[in-house]
Amino acid sequence: MTSTKPPQTRESGGSPAAALTTGTSDPRTLIMRNLRQSGIYVAFVVIVALFAILTDGVSLSPGNITNIVLQYSYILVLAIGMVILIIGGHIDLSVGSVVALTGAVSAVLVIQQGLPWWVGVVAAIAVGLAVGAWHGFWVAYIGMPAFIVTLAGMLLFRGLTLQVLDNISLSPFPAEYQKVANGFLNGLLGGQGYDAFTLIIGAVAVAGIAVSGYRTRAARIGYQQSVESFPLFVLRILLIGAVIMYFAWQLAHARGLPIVLIILAILVIVYGLVTRRTVFGRQVYAIGGNLSAAQLSGVKVKSVNFWMFVNMGFLAGVAGVIYSSRSNGAQPAAGNMFELDAIAAAFIGGAAVAGGVGTVVGAMVGGLIMAVMSNGMQLMGIDQSVQSVIKGLVLLFAVAFDIYNKRRVGANR
Amino acid sequence: MADVLLEMRDITKTFPGVKALENVSIAVRRGEIHAICGENGAGKSTLMKVLSGVYPTGSYTGEIVLDGKPVHFNGIRDSESQGIVIIHQELALVPFLSIAENIFLGNEVRGAGGLIDWNRTNAEATKLLAEVGLAENPTSPVIQLGIGKQQLVEIAKALSKEVKLLILDEPTAALNDVDSAHLLDLLRRLRDRGITCIMISHKLNEITAIADSTTVIRDGRTVETLDMSAADSTQARIIRGMVGRDIDSFYPDRESAPGEEVFRIEDWTAWHPTQDRKVVDGASLNVRAGEVVGIAGLMGAGRTELAMSVFGRSYGRDISGRIFMHGKEVRARTVAEAINNGIAYATEDRKRYGLNLIADVCRNISSAALRKLSRGGWVNGNEEIKVAEQSRRDMNIKTSTVMATVGTLSGGNQQKVVLSKWLFTDPDVLILDEPTRGIDVGAKYEIYTIINKLVAQGKAVIVISSELPELLGMCDRVYTLSAGRITGEVPVREATQENLMALMTKEKELAG
Repeated sequence: MTSTKPPQTRESGGSPAAALTTGTSDPRTLIMRNLRQSGIYVAFVVIVALFAILTDGVSLSPGNITNIVLQYSYILVLAIGMVILIIGGHIDLSVGSVVALTGAVSAVLVIQQGLPWWVGVVAAIAVGLAVGAWHGFWVAYIGMPAFIVTLAGMLLFRGLTLQVLDNISLSPFPAEYQKVANGFLNGLLGGQGYDAFTLIIGAVAVAGIAVSGYRTRAARIGYQQSVESFPLFVLRILLIGAVIMYFAWQLAHARGLPIVLIILAILVIVYGLVTRRTVFGRQVYAIGGNLSAAQLSGVKVKSVNFWMFVNMGFLAGVAGVIYSSRSNGAQPAAGNMFELDAIAAAFIGGAAVAGGVGTVVGAMVGGLIMAVMSNGMQLMGIDQSVQSVIKGLVLLFAVAFDIYNKRRVGANR
Repeated sequence: MADVLLEMRDITKTFPGVKALENVSIAVRRGEIHAICGENGAGKSTLMKVLSGVYPTGSYTGEIVLDGKPVHFNGIRDSESQGIVIIHQELALVPFLSIAENIFLGNEVRGAGGLIDWNRTNAEATKLLAEVGLAENPTSPVIQLGIGKQQLVEIAKALSKEVKLLILDEPTAALNDVDSAHLLDLLRRLRDRGITCIMISHKLNEITAIADSTTVIRDGRTVETLDMSAADSTQARIIRGMVGRDIDSFYPDRESAPGEEVFRIEDWTAWHPTQDRKVVDGASLNVRAGEVVGIAGLMGAGRTELAMSVFGRSYGRDISGRIFMHGKEVRARTVAEAINNGIAYATEDRKRYGLNLIADVCRNISSAALRKLSRGGWVNGNEEIKVAEQSRRDMNIKTSTVMATVGTLSGGNQQKVVLSKWLFTDPDVLILDEPTRGIDVGAKYEIYTIINKLVAQGKAVIVISSELPELLGMCDRVYTLSAGRITGEVPVREATQENLMALMTKEKELAG
C-alpha cells in the first residue's frame, strides 16, 4: 500500500491541536515504563526477603553475604560485558572458555614458571583482550553473526585451555594472587568485633550517592526537567543508604571488606558511566536499537562492534583472574557454563533480546537474583536438579515478561 | 466490442484515515493487454490486491465479476483457483531452490504415495521454460539467474497454474533494455495464445507499444480508460490523465533569493548492490544557498538510490562521480565524512532508517552529532537535554517530555524529530527524501514552514517527492529522474505537472 493523500485539507483532523493529543505520551505509558524499570528491583527485594524467611535469616547472616559476594563476583564481572554486547545486538557464548584460558595462562606463568603474581594478572588480561579482538574481527569486519563466532570461540578456547594446561590442573597460587578473590581489607582502622574501615567505606559510598543524586537533581531542575518530589528523593536516598549500611554492617561483622567487592564496585561505577554518559555507550544503544539508523547517523558501526568485543575480552580476563584466584589454581574444566549465567543475568536484568535496551545496574541485579536464589536453595539443601529447574523458569518468565511488556507498549502506540 | 473477462465495479477501499480507492471501475476484455497507469500512491497496487484477494471480500465495497459471474476472494489461493495470477515487483522466488521446484512450489507434481515425482516435475518445467523462451536447466537454482530470467520463471510458474488473467506489477522496472524487450515480446505471444494480461507500468513508451487499452487512476479514482488503437491515445494524453490535479494555495509563501552554489555532484553513477544494472547513471545536479531543489521521479527511477549513494555511499556499489561543497571537491566516502562536510540526509522511511524508535526523543535528536555535545568521549547530558528542548520548541514537537520514547509519537512529530536530528548537525545542504510521506495535512504545512525557515537562513535544500504539486509548491527548480538518469531540469515557473511527468517517463532513446 503506497497511498498518498491529496493535499486538499481534510475537515478538522489535520489541525495542530488534534496532533497535540496524539503526540503526547500519555501518563499510563510512563507508569508502565517506570514499573518495568523498577519491577526488577521489586523482584530482587521480594526474593531476598523470601529466602531470608525460608532460611530463618541465615541467608542474610554476615558470613553468608560475604560468601555470595565472593562466589558470584566473576559472574557479575562477565555480566557487565555481556549486557553491553546484548544491548548492541550481539552475544558471547565463549566467556566460560575464555575465563578458563586466561586463568590457565596466568597459572602457567605464576605457578609453573614462578613469575611474580602480577605478571599472571597482566598476562590473563592481555590474553582476554586478544580473544576479544579475535571475536571482534570476525563479527565486525567479516560480518559474521556473533552467535557463530563465539560458539566457535567456545570450542576453540576450551581446546587451547587444555593445550596450555597439558590436561592437568595447576595449583596453588602464591598468597598475593589468592588475595584478589579471597582477601579482605580488614582491621585497617582497628575495631571491636567489627571492622570500622568497612563501615567508613560504606558511609562514604552513601554520601557519594546522596551528593551525586542531589547534584543531578539540581541540574535537571536547572534545565527544567521533571524530577521526583523532594520528599520522595530523600526517601529514596535514605532507603539506598539503609541497604548499603546494613550490607556494610554485616560485612564488617564477618571478615571485613572483600577486595573483589572493591574491584566489582569500581567496574560497575565505571561501566555504568560508560554506558550512560559516553559517546561509545550511546552508540552501542543506537546500534542495538536500529542498526540502519545508526549507520545513517554516521556511527562507525564496525569499530564500535569491534571494541564491544575487546571490552568483553578484557572483562573475561578480569573474571579469569578472579576465578583462578578464588579456586586457587587452574583446571581444564574451569568456567564451564559461565556464559549462560552471565547471559541470564543480563536478560533477567531487563536487557531486550532484540538489543537496544538494558543497563549495567540491571544486569547486576539480575545476576544477584540468580546468586541469592542459588545460594538460598543451597542453604535449604534443595537438590541440584530442582535448583536448575527453578533457575530455568525464572529466566523464562523474566524474558516472557519483557516481551509481554513490549507488546503492551506497542499496542499503546 | 469483444467480451469482457473481468469487471471490477465501484471498488472502494478505506484504510484508517485514508480512502485508498473510491468507486474505481475497470473492465478488461478477454485476450487483451490492459495497462494501468497512475502516479506513485494513486492506488494501482491496492486495486490489484483487492482483485487477487490479498484484501478479502468484505474489507472493501464494490463488485468483482469474472466471466460474467460475481466472485468473492478471501486470499491469493482463491483467486489463483479462478485463474488469476499476480506477479509482484519484488519477485517471490526461493533463491536456493531449483527452477522446477520454484515453478511447482505449493502446487507440487505428486506421484505414487503422495511423493513428489521429480521426473515429471522437471519434464513439465522444461516444457514451460520453452514456452517462455528460457533456455535453462530446470534443476539449476534460481539464485544463479539474472533478474530478467527470474521474471520469466515467475511467468512460467503462472502458466503452470493454467492462468486466465495474468497481472504484472511493474514487470520491467528492474530489467535492462534487452530483458525488457524480451519480456514485452513474450507478453505479446501470450496474448496471441488467449491469455489476458493486466500490466501496471510507469514506462509509457512500453504501454503505448504493447497495451490494447489503458486505464488511468488518480488519487484512488478511475480517470478514464483509453483505447490504445485510437489515434489520440498518446503518451501526452496518458500523462494528462495521471497528473490532472489542482495545486491549491496550500504551500506557505517564500521569497526566493538563491545565492552561491553550495552543493554539486558531477557524473554520479552507482550500481545496484546485487543486480547487474546501474541505478544511478551519470547524474549531475547542483543547489545554491537559499534554494530548494526538487527531484521528481517515479518509483524505481533511482531517487533514493541517488541520495543514499551520495550520502556516504550508503547504497550501491562501484560508485563513481564527484561531490563539490562550495565549489571545492570533497571526500564523502563514509556517512561520518558526509556529515562533517555539511551534508545531511533525512530518509524516506523514518521508522526503518531514520529513528531509534525504542530510544527517547532527546537521544534521537543528538544521535548524529554527539561529537558536538561531548568532550573526550563524555556526553554532556544536560546540554543534550537543552538542545532537545530547544528543538522541541523550534519545531513544535508535540510531546510531554523529550524523555518520551520516539515510537509513541505521531508520524508528523517523528518527522520533526528526524529534521531536528539533522539540523543539529548544522548542515549546509539538507537532502529530504519524501519529507511529508504518511503525515497529516497540518503537520505537512508545518514541515513546509520549517523548510522555508531553513532556506531563509541560507541553507540549501533538496526535496525528493512523489507528489508533483508538492514539488511545484516548494521548489525553485526541479530535476527529473528516469531510470537513473537526469532527464530534465526545469525552473519552477516553467514547470507543470504535465511537462514534469513527460520528463519523468522519458526513456533512453531506444532502437525500436
